[in-house]
Amino acid sequence: MNFAILQFPASNCDQDAVHVLKNVLGHSARFVWHKESSLASIDAVVVPGGFSYGDYLRTGAIARFSPIMGAVQQFAANGGPVLGICNGFQILCEAGLLPGALIRNRSLQFRCENIFLKTATSDSPFTNKIAEGKIMRVPIAHGEGCYFADEATLQKLQSNRQILWQYCTANGELTETANPNGSVLNIAGICNEARNVAGLMPHPERASESLLGCADGKVIFESLIQWFQNRSLAKVA
Amino acid sequence: MKAKIIVTPKKAVLDPQGKTVASALEHMGYKGVGAVHVGKYLEIELSGTDKEAWRKQIDDACHKILSNPVIEDYRFEIE
Repeated sequence: MNFAILQFPASNCDQDAVHVLKNVLGHSARFVWHKESSLASIDAVVVPGGFSYGDYLRTGAIARFSPIMGAVQQFAANGGPVLGICNGFQILCEAGLLPGALIRNRSLQFRCENIFLKTATSDSPFTNKIAEGKIMRVPIAHGEGCYFADEATLQKLQSNRQILWQYCTANGELTETANPNGSVLNIAGICNEARNVAGLMPHPERASESLLGCADGKVIFESLIQWFQNRSLAKVA
Repeated sequence: MKAKIIVTPKKAVLDPQGKTVASALEHMGYKGVGAVHVGKYLEIELSGTDKEAWRKQIDDACHKILSNPVIEDYRFEIE
């Protein structure tokens, strides 16, 4: 499987994402600079974390107009899988590829810690290998991760089961104290209506090797790989 | 000419900065302070004299990039 990892000025964890996909999972992964405009021969796109363009104006607001984002819009419209992590999630929301927006953490603090994450549905390319309700331990590192959407959008997210991940306690309870940033409904990650574009604030690529303390996040990438392989098989058949 | 743009968080959106500023003002003894909303102010220098044409372009830019309609409102004047 061929992954593209986008690079904007001040992206971070882009190296981690390539490392996990290449060296841990054995797939092909390459960087795509934001000035490029083609995603030819790419099977999946990862929009990594960081502080693209210094978070000027709003997080993701300027990156969203980078030349490569036109190709990402097209790639997503054709059903290609796109995963936004942290700043990548913010960019995808700004680009209108995902509904809602990420705003300043309710505490006004930059939160850098391990949190617990509950997978709300297995029905997506990003969660199909994860049992519903499974709890993962994954790090977060953000100052603007408070997910906001209006009532009508939230109702739609719920009825379409577009909420993929929620912040929870070690026992899986969706409490206020387990919510690190004030996100509505403890939302940590969502997908679009077509389910091929997803974003999450936590960093699964930083938790994909037991050597680094935790490998819980790896299954998100494994899900995507399994989904792609199943889809390829279905195409051949 | 100049465009003067004010971007503010929508009323329904959580504004932790505004809340923090409000409680600081109260703590400092300013009586009767209500809700505070922290936004952004932008000044853009414009060439030419066609105010109406700029009004359209600035409105477009506010909608597309200078504000996020999901969470923010904007208003502007050109002078």
